Amino acid sequence: MVKPNFAKFDTLALHAGQQPDPTTGARAVPIYQTTSYVFDDTDHAASLYNLERPGHIYTRLSNPTTAVLEERVAALEGGVGAVATASGMAALFLAVATLMDKGGHIVASGSLYGGSHNLFTYTLPRFGIETTFVNPRDPQAFKDAIRPETRLVFGETLGNPGIEVMNLPVIAEIAHEAGVPLMIDATFTTPYLINVFDYGVDIAMHSLTKFMGGHGTAIGGVVVDSGRFDWEASGKFPTLTEPYAGYHGLDFAEEFGTQAFVMRARAEGMKDFGACLSPTNAFYILQGIETLPLRMQKHVANAEAVAEFLDGCDEVAWVNYPSLKSHPDHELAKDLLPKGAGSILSFGIQGGREAGRKFIESVNLASHLANIGDAKTLVIHPGSTTHQQMSPADLESAGIGEGMIRLSVGIEDVADIIADLKQALRVSQKG
Amino acid sequence: MEVIVNGLKAHAATGSRDLNADEPAVILVHGAGLDRTVWQLQTRNIAYMGRRAYAVDLPGHGRSKGKALNSIEEMADWIPAFMDAAGIDKAKLIGHSMGSFVTLEAAERYPDRVESLCLMGISDSMPVHPDLLAAAERNERLAPELIIYWGLGEKAKVGGHPHPGLWVHNASQILFENAADGVLFNDLAACNVYTGAVAAAGNVKCETLFILGKDDMMTPARKASPLADAMGNAKTTVIEKCGHMMLLERPNQVHDALKGFV
Repeated sequence: MVKPNFAKFDTLALHAGQQPDPTTGARAVPIYQTTSYVFDDTDHAASLYNLERPGHIYTRLSNPTTAVLEERVAALEGGVGAVATASGMAALFLAVATLMDKGGHIVASGSLYGGSHNLFTYTLPRFGIETTFVNPRDPQAFKDAIRPETRLVFGETLGNPGIEVMNLPVIAEIAHEAGVPLMIDATFTTPYLINVFDYGVDIAMHSLTKFMGGHGTAIGGVVVDSGRFDWEASGKFPTLTEPYAGYHGLDFAEEFGTQAFVMRARAEGMKDFGACLSPTNAFYILQGIETLPLRMQKHVANAEAVAEFLDGCDEVAWVNYPSLKSHPDHELAKDLLPKGAGSILSFGIQGGREAGRKFIESVNLASHLANIGDAKTLVIHPGSTTHQQMSPADLESAGIGEGMIRLSVGIEDVADIIADLKQALRVSQKG
Repeated sequence: MEVIVNGLKAHAATGSRDLNADEPAVILVHGAGLDRTVWQLQTRNIAYMGRRAYAVDLPGHGRSKGKALNSIEEMADWIPAFMDAAGIDKAKLIGHSMGSFVTLEAAERYPDRVESLCLMGISDSMPVHPDLLAAAERNERLAPELIIYWGLGEKAKVGGHPHPGLWVHNASQILFENAADGVLFNDLAACNVYTGAVAAAGNVKCETLFILGKDDMMTPARKASPLADAMGNAKTTVIEKCGHMMLLERPNQVHDALKGFV
């Protein structure tokens, strides 16, 4: 039996989306630091503007450096196409705005990045879009929350900061039965640990700022289209299945079929909202993606060792990491994340908020800052920072206790990471 | 747009542009297991050149109803039926892969309805690898994977597509996977047994353009020569660094090749 021999993940991470520069022969992806592109003639210009032919017009819409990044992420994720954005939050808003109008409704996991939670809770309602939050571990709650006007089911592969493992195949089936897509923020896992499209997810997004870039040097986001959701059959997405006056009556599903979503996202969303990624940031993120497989292996190995260490510490009340047998989603994690459950873990210190404060102020190697997925180990107290806009009730429902510490385990020598945590834990317990 | 052909709904993309009966008609016919959207980077462009563009879904494909037709000859007979239903007297026909066989056969059978012919990704015969045929019969994912493996040029497998953000590998794969069960097998089987290409080419008198991919492993460019030779006055454009899926792989080069034809 003949078998196709396609490039594997590690190879795609280095090569997908790029041909050596035809003019200079440059092997690295050049930074096309330009706002605009010369047209061949007026016909060419008109055809580009009218979405008749592929090509670049203006960097707000697309850019050759950014296009390499988009294509590479689409390749790694297994999608038909991608649109890169100025940040992960821009990617989330772009997707929502592409899918629905006022009156739309979202069913979302209650355990989300604080910024996403804020967008759904406070900002989107101003534009007539409501969200119902549900327990990410309760598929029936997703089902019960879906209404006739629901246009999206949303969650994270691993909840933030609760580290709940989303049961993607089950939630996808629930969403599809209702004729709506499942969109997943896969920032914590990256396509190296899970290809979410293999589990029924329709749209993936990432904050590229995190593991994908991996070095804390550039902010970016991306939304990736699986190409598998049948917008026409659903009948709930007029932005994709009805003529759009903005492009002389263009019907995206009719003309672009499997790429309807990603085409509309670029043609309308990047044009009108304008949250484009800078080409230089695209370059930095591409450098990170080249080593994504290697870094993720080390991130996971270190995180597993750190989780085991914390689990054995008297100063630690609990540890939340799916690779630990004590984690409620341990078995699900083994199924969905066989290469590891990422390198974000949360834990509670004996002594609550005050002990947590002392711990964070005592770490030396780990950095106290608002990010995850850096090559360096990072630490934060979500209740007072990333999730501080959430009400006490929302914090409780998201499982964010006052003493919770979130750790993003880096790729330093794990003995050094553990030594730093050990001394900070000791300080945290002093009067 | 939708019309009723042989009692069944038939669908065609028009580039989302209003149809004007005074403009020349161009009918685009897709390949095995595909649908109208394989022409997504051509239909709108042709329409806005001032043509009535019809990227059809053959029966049983895309949004057209009915069972997939069993032979190239039946598919060829469907073309004038579609034209009748759509109010098209005469049209330029553009076919890709299986669609090139269909349009070639239609041009032979219905010379009065065909103004000119463009054959893309065609060869004198299209024997289908038995493993591919078997995988298609079992509706296995392996079938589209093999088509992508053989059908995409090496350049397209790496990427760097002119359409920003498009990963043509998966775009092609998903397009094939969207076909209803049995459709890809039906189409591949029809290609496999069709032996009339050279004879049809010998009888075609209209202007004909071949567009071929230099790196096409499924329908190698050299295997189109018997057809061009049989026609005598056909023109040929070979696109460099291009495989069988030229519509998606090298849309700008296809555009340049089609410009004079359309």
